Amino acid sequence: MTALAGRGPGAPPVGDPFLPRPFVVRRHRQDTRDTYTLVLEPVDGSPMGFAAGQFTMMHAFSAGEAPISISGDPARPDLLEHTIRNVGAVTRALVHSAPGTELGIRGPFGTGWEVSSGRGGDVVFVAGGIGLAPLRPAILEVCAARADYGRVLLLYGARTPEDILFGDDLHRWGADHGIDVQVTVDNGQHAWRGRVGLVTQLIARGGFDAETTLALVCGPEVMMRYAAAALADRGVPRARVRLSMERNMKCGVGLCGHCQLREFFLCVDGPVLTYEVLEPLMARAEL
Amino acid sequence: MQTIAKYLPQHPFFAGLDESVASLVAGCAVNVHFRAGQHLFHEGEPADTFYVIRHGRVSIEVHAPAGPPVVVDSAHDDDVVGWSWLVPPYRWTFDARATDETSAIAFDGACLRATCEADPAVGYALLQRVVKVMSTRLHSARIRLLDLYGVPT
Repeated sequence: MTALAGRGPGAPPVGDPFLPRPFVVRRHRQDTRDTYTLVLEPVDGSPMGFAAGQFTMMHAFSAGEAPISISGDPARPDLLEHTIRNVGAVTRALVHSAPGTELGIRGPFGTGWEVSSGRGGDVVFVAGGIGLAPLRPAILEVCAARADYGRVLLLYGARTPEDILFGDDLHRWGADHGIDVQVTVDNGQHAWRGRVGLVTQLIARGGFDAETTLALVCGPEVMMRYAAAALADRGVPRARVRLSMERNMKCGVGLCGHCQLREFFLCVDGPVLTYEVLEPLMARAEL
Repeated sequence: MQTIAKYLPQHPFFAGLDESVASLVAGCAVNVHFRAGQHLFHEGEPADTFYVIRHGRVSIEVHAPAGPPVVVDSAHDDDVVGWSWLVPPYRWTFDARATDETSAIAFDGACLRATCEADPAVGYALLQRVVKVMSTRLHSARIRLLDLYGVPT
């Protein structure tokens, strides 16, 4: 199934995959109105290696567990970073975890972006909303070995200027690492000087060599469907367009079936899959 | 200095257009420049111009009774602005304001329409390009109506 999916390898979960490891919140940052970043350290001091694109099951004791993508630097396995949107009871408990709070972590789970397979060519990151968070580890990986890649574009769509994530990073990636960062918002206010429009319109403007491009896409599924189609229209091979799919991940080890997408269990076969595999599945409303 | 006729085929909107057609429509065009804050046009005014943006940024806006205008779209280098010159009753349906120093080529709408009517092949070539822009912007507007980045329901 791995070869068919074209997925990247991910780091295996540490220890018993059903037993949360205790982590403690070291830093807590509010990114936007409803999105927060937590930096955690393992209580036992043992780092948790992960591949960019993987997720963990985060456990807020007494509230429950939720799948959250890792948003930190893969080169810093000693610090586990998660960017979380407050959308329900569990995420509310997570985002309000002050420094010193103990949380449980299972994982890491799933497949990675495997961005290093794009070395030698251009890389296009397409992010929508909080979809920038799961892409951040892959962007950091590219920044760390920038000379190995050709043109690198980050095309990012947000709801409003206030909803733009990682503003400092966006600036740094452009200024220090030569990444062509293009941001567009759905709703612009009078004072917004950037772009207003759909992120797929940025794809149509090109600026990359389609044949050698590796494209990594993360955002709401409808946005990803149109973005992947726009990339394919530009000539990016479908096998080189990777998307991070979101379903109701629960067990994390491919047993419970909550995250099933036809023959794929997205917690182990995904979340990152190629557009070549996903295109027919995304076209089916029943799935 | 490069003439408008020489420049037009380099602009994505006119890409692939026959050189003779580019020369023909260039006869309807002049170079224009807008300072930041200056309006290209206002809602309700006669739509007599089609703008091809060379450099700069233009906000497509709707003014509201209270508060600042709402920006519904933006145009940048290599974009175009305005299709109301092509559609009766030829009135602008939004405001357009340069938010940066903006250089553009302004086509006289009546002249373009007359050129299209005189030569249907030119008309068809232009219409194909305008419709593509309209289609892209309609698609963008529809998808943004979904508020995909809003709170999941």
